[in-house]
Amino acid sequence: MSPNTASTPIISSNTTPTTSTKPTRKIHDVVIRLAGNSQDGIQAVGGFLARLAGRSEQEVMTYMTIPSTISGGPSIFQVRIGSGEVFSAGDQVDFLVAFYQHSYENHIHSLKPGGILLYDSDHVTPNLNDKTYHYVGVPITSLTVEAIGGTARDKGKNIFTLGLLAKVFDLDTAKLEKLILDRFKSKDESIARNALNAFNAGYAYPIANYLDQLYTFEKYEKAALRPQVTMDGNQAIAYGLITGGVRFGAGYPITPWSSIMEILRAELPKYGGIFVQAEDELGAVSMALGFSFAGYLAVTGSSGPGISLKMEALGWGCMAEMPLVVINVQRGGPSTGLPTNVEQSDLMQAIYGSHGDAPRVVLAPQTVEDCFYTAIEACRIAREYSVPVIVLSDTALATRIEAFEEPHLEELYVPVQLDLSPHEGNYKPYALDRITRHLTPGRYTADGKYPVVSGLEHDEYGHPTASPKLHSAMTAKRRDKLRQLAATLPTPAIYGDETAEILLVGWGSTYGPIREAVDTLRRQGHPVAAIHLRHLHPLPPRLAEIFTRFKQVLVIEMNDYGLYGYGQLATLLRATTVCPHIKSHCKTDGQSFRVSEIIQAVQALAK
Amino acid sequence: MPITLPLHAVNRPAPEAIPNREKLTKKALSADHPTWCPGCGDFAVLATFYKVLEKKNLPHEQIVTIAGIGCSSRFPYFVNTYGTHFIHGRAIPYATGISLARPDLRVFVFGGDGDGYSIGGNHLDHGARKNVRLCYIIMDNFVYGLTKKQTSPTSPIGFKSKTDPAGSIDHPINPIKKLIANGATFIARTHAAFPAHMSQMFERAMDHDGFAVVEVLSECVEFYEGAFDAANSRKGGQFNLIEEKKWDGTPEDEKRHDVTDEIAAYKLAHLPFPGVFGVFYESDRPTKNALEYKWIETTREKLGAASDLDLLKATFNRMK
Repeated sequence: MSPNTASTPIISSNTTPTTSTKPTRKIHDVVIRLAGNSQDGIQAVGGFLARLAGRSEQEVMTYMTIPSTISGGPSIFQVRIGSGEVFSAGDQVDFLVAFYQHSYENHIHSLKPGGILLYDSDHVTPNLNDKTYHYVGVPITSLTVEAIGGTARDKGKNIFTLGLLAKVFDLDTAKLEKLILDRFKSKDESIARNALNAFNAGYAYPIANYLDQLYTFEKYEKAALRPQVTMDGNQAIAYGLITGGVRFGAGYPITPWSSIMEILRAELPKYGGIFVQAEDELGAVSMALGFSFAGYLAVTGSSGPGISLKMEALGWGCMAEMPLVVINVQRGGPSTGLPTNVEQSDLMQAIYGSHGDAPRVVLAPQTVEDCFYTAIEACRIAREYSVPVIVLSDTALATRIEAFEEPHLEELYVPVQLDLSPHEGNYKPYALDRITRHLTPGRYTADGKYPVVSGLEHDEYGHPTASPKLHSAMTAKRRDKLRQLAATLPTPAIYGDETAEILLVGWGSTYGPIREAVDTLRRQGHPVAAIHLRHLHPLPPRLAEIFTRFKQVLVIEMNDYGLYGYGQLATLLRATTVCPHIKSHCKTDGQSFRVSEIIQAVQALAK
Repeated sequence: MPITLPLHAVNRPAPEAIPNREKLTKKALSADHPTWCPGCGDFAVLATFYKVLEKKNLPHEQIVTIAGIGCSSRFPYFVNTYGTHFIHGRAIPYATGISLARPDLRVFVFGGDGDGYSIGGNHLDHGARKNVRLCYIIMDNFVYGLTKKQTSPTSPIGFKSKTDPAGSIDHPINPIKKLIANGATFIARTHAAFPAHMSQMFERAMDHDGFAVVEVLSECVEFYEGAFDAANSRKGGQFNLIEEKKWDGTPEDEKRHDVTDEIAAYKLAHLPFPGVFGVFYESDRPTKNALEYKWIETTREKLGAASDLDLLKATFNRMK
């Protein structure tokens, strides 16, 4: 995102089209939104653009909405490509593609004044009298039918449009062609051929005649030399788990968690592992705990409603001190709520859900790249502290595609081993003076005594006890190991102006918009700083010290103000740091934070 | 030298033989003294389980006992083996995880009628359907004992409990029918008052490669005394055994029960209490364990000698 293009549209004037050779304008950054229906394949185009950016050493971020229906219904895919850092998918768009009248009517206001509307003139009749925008009509549907032989009505217009975009933005056609071929290689050859025909027809269309200029991205020299990989947040979590040594797991389908289980079901057998689609959420978490007991750290996951169902077993995991990774790809609302929208309202459930004092670890990834690293960290913590670790991702991260530097897999990869060495005997898995370590079943013990893992309060050997002294001691033991973990956590770095009066605090997927808001505000002369919390339970040390350095602390999160006026993280931070100047800025519209919304909140606070 | 097993060695070796391995005696198998009431049928189940384990002489450390919640579910504390006392109703999926991950372990699940047929009813169906390799012993007493006499899913109509003071009105579950319908591959019923029959059933269940269930009628002397007297020949009842086909070509064979015949098994299960005891159904459908490992094996064959790390790197290369 660059200052000169962040707020100005890429088109500057509405001049009459000519046929002469067009000038090319260098740009840093563009936001493209494709609006159509969910079966039009616009996600596929978005995916091609995102992967192309990843292969061209550009930054990319995508945003999509899907209706919560099986087929049909309005849908958008937004992609932001930048020669430079991209922190959000963009509040407003530079280039809107509308396939239908409803796409045009519902999304024209997202277009920046002076921005380009590319519309399918077979279906869309725009209001050309509105001179706010630049209009380019192309009979996309009929040209696509013409290009691919008229055999596949409405199919391929997405790829035709990709051809148009490739021409407008001077995209690398060789790389795009390869991406298209890769995508369809497993299918019938004619499908790949049709796709390429559609693409070439779009690329050959004289779209330049209707534009003032064409565009090309400025060369961007990334500091990093490693190539980029492109994936969505759910893929990043799945591969993070495999890298972190997870070979077993169980789950039950629910949006937006399902794709993680689908990836693991297909991938784990390659690594000698198994992922089970369980009969229900309770079965899924129980199976995962069984896998962990068997000696292999396992994963289960779901979205909010399913996580609620797992809570009893999760409490057992805390009590029995069984390592487990639980992924919660949060969605909106209580109950079935907003299945395809974003919200961050499962924080309290993650930390305090279940019954009794059941301490566990809660982490939240910030970006798609961070989904990968957070999954690995969750595995490490679960093993080292014998504790369930909940990873709070959300819909925005799950469906968003980003390109990031290829991870150093050799260093991160955790080999999977099962320790079956004979054991000396008199083994106390729940010894009070160290972190619980379970013996793997199958290990011979010299004294022939085998420990039982228990959800009842137990003594150091695992045998049930109701001793008041032992229950207190064991409760403290389960809590203290998390204190030990907290002491090892890094204090979050302050981003922005450390001498500012206002500190923004965020967690999870609001990372990008908060960062962009800080940059924009500072450019406008408003000093502001931000920290972003990745470790939510236990919290990292010295937060109170940081908060007291600022006059105002504003916690930005996508959940409700609650009865007392504070969002979930803000409530937790007020309780833990006892800083009265912590305030909340919450929203619950099911959409990611726009940068402008954060800027407005800060401006309101500064007044 | 630690013994570590590579994960994708499909036919994993058992841990190295331990020299001077202790024999599995009753003493070696006993852990805590059971907390059951004097006279509880579960004592006989425990004693029989010891006896059969002793006879099988499995490597001690490879026996795993899992239970949910209830009187009978305290079982893992009383057996000196690796084990877990899990949450109410979920012992089957927990044991499924162990069974799938560790072909070298012998997985036993214990529970009662409430744990297995009520709160865990769905897991019983799916464990049976998936044909997970494990042995499930259900101690059915027709009553909730640990919570002091409430109606159980197998309580007969008219049974007076604290939750049905005027007598139970809900139709009781027929676990044998349910198990046949859902695809369990070994289904037997026995009576805690007849240890010789019980040990035969346990032994056959242990030898079975698949989802093996033995339902044991185990009396709760505290809250449902005499529940199974009608099936107890020593108390004036009838302990009718299922006579299995021997395929010996004699005319008697015609009258005997074919354990591979689902419909015949269903008819036997349909008999009114006390009905019959023995093996209702037995088949050798492939286990989930075998099918999952077959998938792993064929997948690994296609991948050749690639290490896990190579595989991961190749996957990331495709995302560039």
